Amino acid sequence: MATKAHTEVAGGKKAPFPPFQGETVASQLFWLAICFVVLYVGLSRMLLPRLSGVIAQRNDKIEGDLETASRFRNESEAAQVAYEKALADARAKAQALAAESQAKAAAAADAQRKQLEDGLKNKLEAAEKQIAATKTAAMSNVRGIAIDTAGLIVERLTGKAPAKQAVERAVDTALH
Amino acid sequence: MAADPIAQFQIKKIVTLGHIGGHEIALTNSAVFMIAAVSLILGLIYLATTSRRLVPGRLQSVAELTYEFVANTVRSTAGTDGMRFFPLVFSLFTFVLVLNLLGMIPGFFTVTSHIAVTAALAVLVILVVIIYGIYKNGLKFFKLFWPSGVPLFIMPLITLIEVLSFLSRPLSLSVRLFANMLAGHITLKVFASFIGLLATSLGVAGWLIGILPFGMLIALTALEFLVAFLQAYVFTILTCLYLNDAIHPGH
Repeated sequence: MATKAHTEVAGGKKAPFPPFQGETVASQLFWLAICFVVLYVGLSRMLLPRLSGVIAQRNDKIEGDLETASRFRNESEAAQVAYEKALADARAKAQALAAESQAKAAAAADAQRKQLEDGLKNKLEAAEKQIAATKTAAMSNVRGIAIDTAGLIVERLTGKAPAKQAVERAVDTALH
Repeated sequence: MAADPIAQFQIKKIVTLGHIGGHEIALTNSAVFMIAAVSLILGLIYLATTSRRLVPGRLQSVAELTYEFVANTVRSTAGTDGMRFFPLVFSLFTFVLVLNLLGMIPGFFTVTSHIAVTAALAVLVILVVIIYGIYKNGLKFFKLFWPSGVPLFIMPLITLIEVLSFLSRPLSLSVRLFANMLAGHITLKVFASFIGLLATSLGVAGWLIGILPFGMLIALTALEFLVAFLQAYVFTILTCLYLNDAIHPGH
């Protein structure tokens, strides 16, 4: 490929250093212009948008996935909060129910006891009344017996029946 | 044994296509490698984006990593506004990187070792900076050379320095890339030639001593791969910095 124009052996005359050979500059610039324009147009019009599209698509996908993940996490957190609230509600309700039933039971027991006590008191009172009545009846019988007995004793001793009113008076003073 | 370390930079004509304004336009080895680089970049990214998988394969991963790498570079140096130049910066980065890396294959031509190419790219960048800077900011673009908060009596000096530094940008941008590629490839060639030289002149002993430059050659090759990437990156990040000046003039 060594042609006459460019090599150093041309007639023993030393050719200039290749990068400074003026006659090659036009060709270099010509091809450089064509190549660089083709490269620039190919990249900017077609390939770089394609490449950036792929990258953007991936970034969107990752972003979307992260968003979905964070939404799911928020949802699960909300569910947990709801669950805990439900649990607390149920517990409070159970406690309230327990307290209520306890109070009811206590009230019922109280009422029953009171009723029982009232019954007993009534019975006691009735019994006391009866005792008192019996006692009164018995005491009035004692008076009659004492009057009779006193009248008979006086009659036996004096041979003469005393006046009934006097005996009664005497017995009454003795009894009281 | 081609011992001449300069021969690898020779531009060889394949077919003459015609003349434009007295200049010969030819299909050269340089042109073939430029076409190859562009085809490689477009083809690989095309293949990488055919399946458009959510979980990327290898090729798609590489394409996406490159995309993110360049995008982050643009964003961190030129801000979000700089993303309008993303296709340009991406084109520059991949073009220079692939040309540098193709040049690392033995026997292949390194397009970026020619100042005409690197200078053209640098001029493209500076033209974009100037045209966009004036289009976007009008005369405010020239505040670039008129930093605020500087005492008036040293302003001429500062302005002179700013103008000089601005003018030196395309120069440094192009020379840095070109010189790195050139020097690296010459060094590789020189060390490789040593091995052949030792072997032909000293025989078996030469082969044994040749292990030394061979080890050096391996280390240098690794270094040159790093340089190939690094220079592409430096070109890119400087482009972003200059574009940042066009977008946000006034320090």
